[in-house]
Amino acid sequence: MKVVVIDYGMGNLRSVYNTVFRLGYSVKVSSEICDINNADKIILPGVGHFNNGMKNLTRFNLLDTIKENVITKQKPILGICLGMQMLADFSEEGNQKGFGWIDSEVISFNRINHLKVPHMGWNTLDFGHKSPLFNGINNQDEFYFAHTFHFNKTNKNQILATSNYIYDFTSAVTKENIVGFQFHPEKSHESGRILLKNFLDYHYV
Amino acid sequence: MYRPRIIPVMLLKGEGLTKTIKFKNERYIGDPINAVKIFNDLRADELVFLDILASKEKRTISLDLIREVGEEANMPFAAGGGIKSIQNIKEIINAGAEKVIINTAACLNIDFIEKASNEFGKSTIVVCIDIKKSKFGKYKILNLPRTHPLKNNPIEFAKLIELKGAGEIIVQSVDNDGVMKGYDYKLLKTVSDAVSIPVISLGGAGSISDFEKAINNSHVSAVGAGSLFIYHGSRRGILINYLNYEEKNHLKIQQNE
Repeated sequence: MKVVVIDYGMGNLRSVYNTVFRLGYSVKVSSEICDINNADKIILPGVGHFNNGMKNLTRFNLLDTIKENVITKQKPILGICLGMQMLADFSEEGNQKGFGWIDSEVISFNRINHLKVPHMGWNTLDFGHKSPLFNGINNQDEFYFAHTFHFNKTNKNQILATSNYIYDFTSAVTKENIVGFQFHPEKSHESGRILLKNFLDYHYV
Repeated sequence: MYRPRIIPVMLLKGEGLTKTIKFKNERYIGDPINAVKIFNDLRADELVFLDILASKEKRTISLDLIREVGEEANMPFAAGGGIKSIQNIKEIINAGAEKVIINTAACLNIDFIEKASNEFGKSTIVVCIDIKKSKFGKYKILNLPRTHPLKNNPIEFAKLIELKGAGEIIVQSVDNDGVMKGYDYKLLKTVSDAVSIPVISLGGAGSISDFEKAINNSHVSAVGAGSLFIYHGSRRGILINYLNYEEKNHLKIQQNE
């Protein structure tokens, strides 16, 4: 199986590559259309501004390629952090539209207590419904988060997990072959590796 | 449930680990990659690497080292030392670090933080301020030029750092560095309460109860420590250590009460 980590100039892609590579998969970091077309599974990471993310995908000429691979060819895609947020309809961080595959908006954390923004640190997951993606994971396992914006008013059927920071928010989503994690599985010790492995091993039909 | 981060802070002199007391008395500790391997096994929350000679020697923290750390680390890490351009940050992020730590360059030109934050996003940019108490008990920011209007006002400078778009601030006490007798809680509280971004405490941690105090009384979002995670016993033998599962969870419960 071939994994492609999409390089569109948004943040640290090394750590995703390193983790997937150490799990034993054939993985490539690339912004080439042919590498995405040749891949079996796609990882869309990303850190930074929502507008820059969508603009860079356009500038690298990747929007149509990603859409074709995910929607027409039904290839599994995992969006991480900003990569997850771009799966939504839109974000109040900017004025660009997202892919619109997950019925959700993305909004900023609102400070109402002593907790600071960005939400930066380790947090647990409450699972919405059972998913093979969470095999081997329990609600005590911690994952690394670093974000200012979060999913809101997400279609309930597409919520995979929620987490609590200031209030409950959607921290993982899925719809058919599309998965999004707000946290960084590639930086979350053993628990993160299990999640990545589950995504990469799962046979989507 | 959310838990404040506990961060081992490792000082570098080029490629080797070192540890100071009050920014002096450097002592060679060992190989950074070996330390990362141990902190992997101990499941550390996050790591910080600071090259303390980089700015002075007009270079940046070693990219080869960051690459090696990135290949090993199962947790996020931040790197700092001599960063003063967008290109520097790009190289460090591409080499595998999650965040960069900017100190001297922020003191010399605060607009650099704004540029960096717009380019890489808030959560990538950490500013570290070193604070020293004068003979008369006044706080001074070490790297701010003598003539800077905020030289003696860490709180206003922290607010400016937030305004310019940094994602976090490390507040380091020079006087407490390596002393292991507790943080400067008062300083931490005033800075932390003045900004809405996370503050990381650094300088003085000597026990887990110091972490609790900084989190519960000074409202920091993360605690950093060097000596505590490097030394063992009163004779300061080198033995890399970290909190166990129960000790970490204890901090979580305290925070939410």
